Amino acid sequence: MNIPAIDVRGLRKSYGDKAVLDGVDLTVAPGTVTALLGPNGAGKTTTVHILSTLIRLDGGVAFVNGCDVARDPDGVRAAIGLTGQFSAVDGLLSGEENLQLMARLRHLGAKRSKTRVAELLEQFDLVEAARKPLATYSGGMRRRLDLAMTLVATPSVIFLDEPTTGLDPRSRHTMWDIVRALVVEGTTVLLTTQHLDEADQLADRIAVLDGGRIVAEGTPEQLKRLVPGGHIRLRFADADGLGRAASLLADSTPEDAALELAVPSDGGVGTLRTVLSRLDEAHIEVDDLSIHTPDLDDVFFALTGRAEPEDTPS
Amino acid sequence: MTTLTGPQPTAGGVRPHGYVVADAVTMMRRNLLHMIRYPGLSVFTILGPVVILLMFVYVFGGTLGAGLPGVDPAGGREAYIAYVMPGILLITIAGSAGGTATTVSMDMTEGITARFRSMAISRASVLAGHVLGNTIQALIAVTLVLGVGVLIGFRPAADLLEWFAVAGLLIFISFAITWIAVAMGMQAKSVETASNWPLLLTFLPFLGSGFVPTESMPTWLQWFAQFQPFTPFIETVRALLLGTPLGWNGVLAVIWCVVITGIGYAWSMTIYERKSVR
Repeated sequence: MNIPAIDVRGLRKSYGDKAVLDGVDLTVAPGTVTALLGPNGAGKTTTVHILSTLIRLDGGVAFVNGCDVARDPDGVRAAIGLTGQFSAVDGLLSGEENLQLMARLRHLGAKRSKTRVAELLEQFDLVEAARKPLATYSGGMRRRLDLAMTLVATPSVIFLDEPTTGLDPRSRHTMWDIVRALVVEGTTVLLTTQHLDEADQLADRIAVLDGGRIVAEGTPEQLKRLVPGGHIRLRFADADGLGRAASLLADSTPEDAALELAVPSDGGVGTLRTVLSRLDEAHIEVDDLSIHTPDLDDVFFALTGRAEPEDTPS
Repeated sequence: MTTLTGPQPTAGGVRPHGYVVADAVTMMRRNLLHMIRYPGLSVFTILGPVVILLMFVYVFGGTLGAGLPGVDPAGGREAYIAYVMPGILLITIAGSAGGTATTVSMDMTEGITARFRSMAISRASVLAGHVLGNTIQALIAVTLVLGVGVLIGFRPAADLLEWFAVAGLLIFISFAITWIAVAMGMQAKSVETASNWPLLLTFLPFLGSGFVPTESMPTWLQWFAQFQPFTPFIETVRALLLGTPLGWNGVLAVIWCVVITGIGYAWSMTIYERKSVR
């Protein structure tokens, strides 16, 4: 069996009396994207900082690429790339100089450095701005440069801490494309986000972190099935059909004006088949049918037990 | 989007110790690039000592020079240029410590420093980069201030060998003081307070033999002047440039440099480590 790219068991970290991480377990298979989803203050950034050796853990074990973050931080550092919420760029240099600096620190050698820097400037659409000071860069450009710097060498595990926070929709989609391209090439990505659509778009698996614990973990589809709110929506030709169907199907909610009936469902094929065969037996004609699974917003709020994410610093 | 991932840097895990020197040079280049791009702070570290030099020579120089032992009061100002120049050179080095501490403190708040910590780079390299870059900056300042001194009439009597010795000593002193300044910059809680501690260093040449002979001071101050590092620094530079008696000052100066470098290195490494891993 493959060694997991990230393997975390019982991870604990507290600042003073406040436990930020209270026994986090997380396994990430190589070459996959896992999203760490959670409200502000849930411990997402702390988790990423422990895994990237910036913060010392208080309890539990954490391995990245098979290296223990506590015992072999240099081994971890050699395998990872980190693009954080903070802009990890040198604001006094130009974009090109920033990339050259990374190439030198990764010991690529003069010739390979040159090609690699040119390549990255091209791929991240920074050729025109390459020689300009960073003060003239937009937020999206800085973020792209930031990620490009992380990719100068080839990290096998990349941590993206809220990679699209503060970006406009276009820059956000560019960032998503970049992440997808990375995964195609076999890079493991652990990304933190508060945006549910981002996790839905990018992640193979999602771990929901709240109050320092993983409260749910699975594929986006599995998570959606965990929470109520899924239903089958049926539309009928007339009020008679609606009335008869409503009395036939327990727990259903009729909407008289729209001639529609909402039947609770777990989103599985079984429920759908049952509903349809019962309507068939009663000779009720269905005009239209749609299946609604809960979106991740429902999941998020149901699991983190809050009406909306709290505005506490993470 | 074509291939995003590039060549693997080195097979297997890259261990930092193999690249300490190469990485320190890379970090030094980064520092020098900052200096070239944003020369504001560097200009200040040169202007400060020049203003002090001009003030001491043209405002106080006549009177102070006349009071020097064995000087004809009529030629006081000329004699004082020669007397004050070694102190001014040391003030230049001490003054550049303020700039060093400020840039180091600023750099600690930059996102790039957090990135360095998550990379396989030796901690010593990051610090050495700051030290080497700022030492070079201090030496450039010393050279320019010395140039101004020569312009206003400073005439050293050193031969080629003595010039080499002076250069070597000033390099070593700058290196030692910069290590301390880097530690002070790391220690500072904010950029605004980073230059407070190094400011104390710029007073030391005044409290030594930089501006007046220590014999003219009260006994308790003489005692302090005798045992602080800047007095042997100044006396050694003075002996080499102007042929005054050297005595033990050369040896003391080198010992002080070694001690200060050691303290600065240990201090800054400790703080950097502490600030890196929380």
